[in-house]
Amino acid sequence: MHSEDHDENVYDALATADDDGRWAFGTGFDAGSAEIDAPVPDGVDRDDLATYCLMLADDALIASQRLAGWTAKAPELEEDVALANIALDLLGQARVLLSRAGHLGAAEPFRAGPWDAQRSGAGPLPQDDEDVLTYFRDDRGFRNVTLVESDSGGAGDFGRTIAWILVLSSWRLALMTRLTDSRDPVLAAVAGKAVKELTYHRDYAAQWTLRLGDGTELSHARMQAGLDTVWPFVEELFLPHAVERRLAAAGVAVDPAELRDEVDAVLEQVLPVATLTRPERPAVGLVGGRGGRDGVHTESLGTVLAVMQSLARAHPEATW
Amino acid sequence: MVTTEPTDARVAAENVVDPEMPMLTLADLGVLRGVETTADGTVVVTITPTYSGCPALDEMRADLRRTLQAAGHDRVEVRTTFSPPWSTDWISDEGRRKLAEAGVAPPGRIGPRAAAGPVPLTLVAPSRTVACPQCGAPDTEESSRFGPTACTALRRCRACGEPFEHVKEI
Repeated sequence: MHSEDHDENVYDALATADDDGRWAFGTGFDAGSAEIDAPVPDGVDRDDLATYCLMLADDALIASQRLAGWTAKAPELEEDVALANIALDLLGQARVLLSRAGHLGAAEPFRAGPWDAQRSGAGPLPQDDEDVLTYFRDDRGFRNVTLVESDSGGAGDFGRTIAWILVLSSWRLALMTRLTDSRDPVLAAVAGKAVKELTYHRDYAAQWTLRLGDGTELSHARMQAGLDTVWPFVEELFLPHAVERRLAAAGVAVDPAELRDEVDAVLEQVLPVATLTRPERPAVGLVGGRGGRDGVHTESLGTVLAVMQSLARAHPEATW
Repeated sequence: MVTTEPTDARVAAENVVDPEMPMLTLADLGVLRGVETTADGTVVVTITPTYSGCPALDEMRADLRRTLQAAGHDRVEVRTTFSPPWSTDWISDEGRRKLAEAGVAPPGRIGPRAAAGPVPLTLVAPSRTVACPQCGAPDTEESSRFGPTACTALRRCRACGEPFEHVKEI
């Protein structure tokens, strides 16, 4: 049978999804939802809400990018798939939050930047706010906590990454559980989905923590060392930023200081059974009272962003 | 082929199949939230993703648009909603039957999440026993928490030795 006999092929659905070529580095579709147009809740500052969406989006985006580094490098195929799935869930959470932040105006300052000089003007711009915010924002514009950018999430030591997922998912789950009651419908909707996903991520990490911590002498030592490495970034998770405080008072955000007890309770449940010791390590310090939530980051974020952004910036007009 | 008379938009949308589990229609999977025709004749389809980052969502949107256009509806808009969040409890009985027939263990029923408060750490899957879709034996074990799609885990049957996918409960 000749191919002319078919008026369709498996790529038709994708090819017809857009009239023109797609921008090479985005997904080609808007992650925005029916809720994305929701008005800013009464008594809430628009810029505050946009900033808060960026904070929660960037935590997930950078964590996802870190985990993606494990692809094809995990100790077993099953764990490769698991880490990629966790990264994908986090990316999905990030995309909606970035779209909401963009809808509130957060992407505008980044639509023209140094990368713009490389454009001939002929090609299409990345249209979606989420793409602009992901690829054309510099490190000072990222509002993620420094835990997510740390090397621990990246390919290298599996036990260290497990400790990182355990802490990150326990904290984000406690946050998202509370955020389901947010007065902002987009935050509440994202949280409703995230709770289910994060419950699964935390379960996965807790199982591996037990297996490695209460395993062989070597696996125990490496799991403890992983936990020790992650620990200095934990304190920052509970420090409220002024934006978080204001929005929490307005019933829109969660004050992270409220999350400490719940995260501690989970770790108390897991660490003793895993024969691991809760580390006593000094916290990574804020710089002049400012940290990741203010856009003041550790050196690691630069590496993450270089991998994530350099290709899009070098070829801002590429399509496929 | 283009039909002259538009067929019912709802029926057309309901019969679009899931790109990753093509034994299920979008209606079976429970991701189709609504099909409405506006005053100007635009068909507005609302769907919800199974997982936040589900990569099949874009395919679903394209398939819906193409199917509805082939059914005579020129103006089609596909919207995504995240609330209320999808749960495997929304997979229909018919969908569960089709999954099992295709060798994929359907999810157990989990019911609504308990009232407010922290989500407990359980370390076990919501369904303690998952019967083998090949031989029916209840004695199966999880071999991987994550599977080839966002919605599935991998298990194997201790009785017949067959590995299989399980749509994990969320």
